[in-house]
Amino acid sequence: MKTESKLEKILAAGHLAVTSECGPPRGALPDQVREKAAYLKGVVDAINVTDNQTAMVRMSSLAASTIIKQEGLNPVLQVVSRDRNRLAIQADIIGAYALGIDTMLCLSGDHTKFGDHPMAMNVHDIDSMQMIQMVRDMRDKEIFQGGAKLKGAPKMFIGAAANPFADPFELRVLRLEKKINAGVDFIQTQCIFNVEKFERWMEGVRARGLHKKCYILAGVTPCKSLGAARYMSNRVPGMDVPKDIIERMSSVPKEKQADEGVDICIETIKRLKKVEGVAGFHIMAIEWEEKVEEICERAGLLPRPQI
Amino acid sequence: MITAERKPLEELIDYVKPFKRILLLGCNECVTVCAAGGRKEVGLLASGLQMALLKSGSNIEIKQHTLERQCDPEYVEELVPMIDGSEAILSMACGCGVQQLATRFKDKPVFPALNTQFMGASERQGVWAERCQGCGDCVLGITGGICPIARCAKQLMNGPCGGSTGGKCEVSEDVDCVWQLIWDRLKSLGQEDRYVDIMPAKDWRSGGGSGPRKIIREDLAE
Repeated sequence: MKTESKLEKILAAGHLAVTSECGPPRGALPDQVREKAAYLKGVVDAINVTDNQTAMVRMSSLAASTIIKQEGLNPVLQVVSRDRNRLAIQADIIGAYALGIDTMLCLSGDHTKFGDHPMAMNVHDIDSMQMIQMVRDMRDKEIFQGGAKLKGAPKMFIGAAANPFADPFELRVLRLEKKINAGVDFIQTQCIFNVEKFERWMEGVRARGLHKKCYILAGVTPCKSLGAARYMSNRVPGMDVPKDIIERMSSVPKEKQADEGVDICIETIKRLKKVEGVAGFHIMAIEWEEKVEEICERAGLLPRPQI
Repeated sequence: MITAERKPLEELIDYVKPFKRILLLGCNECVTVCAAGGRKEVGLLASGLQMALLKSGSNIEIKQHTLERQCDPEYVEELVPMIDGSEAILSMACGCGVQQLATRFKDKPVFPALNTQFMGASERQGVWAERCQGCGDCVLGITGGICPIARCAKQLMNGPCGGSTGGKCEVSEDVDCVWQLIWDRLKSLGQEDRYVDIMPAKDWRSGGGSGPRKIIREDLAE
């Protein structure tokens, strides 16, 4: 074991892990964080806390993660390289660990163009790959990125994202391998709607033995409506929502679409459970945290193992 | 080359309207090539300014001149005999040229007529695109001759983000995903293994991280 992370313990014990996410509020509303987290209590093993997701200003990931930690849950601190340079990121990692946060996700972040501050400068002092390296060196070599010795090393369980649906497809397995070489411990994938393409990616992953070098959590999202499915299909870069999903959502009356979206999500999880190398699930129920319990229940992911 | 675009006429009018006599100064280098501030553009802007000011009832005398290089003190010296005849200079050079003038002619107001853009190359007639950010530690030898620092919207040095779709960048369909370009090129060179090596975090000191940069060539410096 590299860390005290509950997520690591569950994965290392061979259980299918389940994570979900909470987007912090766009204001100083700590109760909103608590409300969202309450839906996930006992339902998932860890909760990702997004970092200015879609490049919109929100309560900081560190603050919201701390609130979630105080509620007795396990946050996964998301950190994007878009908003902070290496000094600020390292400071936040040490601060987070000092507050009991032991699991994080290294990301480059959505471009500011898509958010509410398109006029802002993107930082990108380091990229997600280099962030993984930096956190690993802080943990394992007990050094800062700049080379100086660090006392009180943050023992972070290190995660990153992978998108099997972005281009060039043939590079996507190699990019995962690169993240593993950089020091990543677990991966959460982009939302999977195109299961066949994901399976093809996993074939490539297994061919290089990568599923044995890191834990891969398959990302899933329940569509709340036909509009949401269309939006993800057309507007979200790197999302692959096949036509048959859109058709299925449009084949039911509006008031039944949410149920259909949940059904599709559960069927996807059941299918992905059979894919060798899938170590768990990351359920991204965006602004729909109350549905995660039902999804987990019906997908056979409850009760969660007690470790 | 350094690329630039002319500022809107209204902004330039605001700069020059307090004056009766100005020097409108072009540059025969990069801004001539990108058709922003060469001899031809000096002529066009002079008549544009004059017409606009006449319409509003004011009159201005615009002396037109184009230097070989505004960023070079040797050429800037050429202006000494003519500078007293003008109350202000409107420079059609890049920001380097404007500052060279401001340094040389301390009592003369100098205004930029251009917005300096980027170091780029011509893609085709009338189209220029960013190619270099002057990071001071060139990585083109590793990336197949295509720069991820200048051409990736997130400056990613280790491969494409999850937004690369059909060869295009997530920020715009008009922008190629530079990592798609790099990957295609590495493949055609049989250098796919280059991709697997992790490019470590960059030392930005050479790229301006430690303040304004200067090159001193001991063998040439006087």
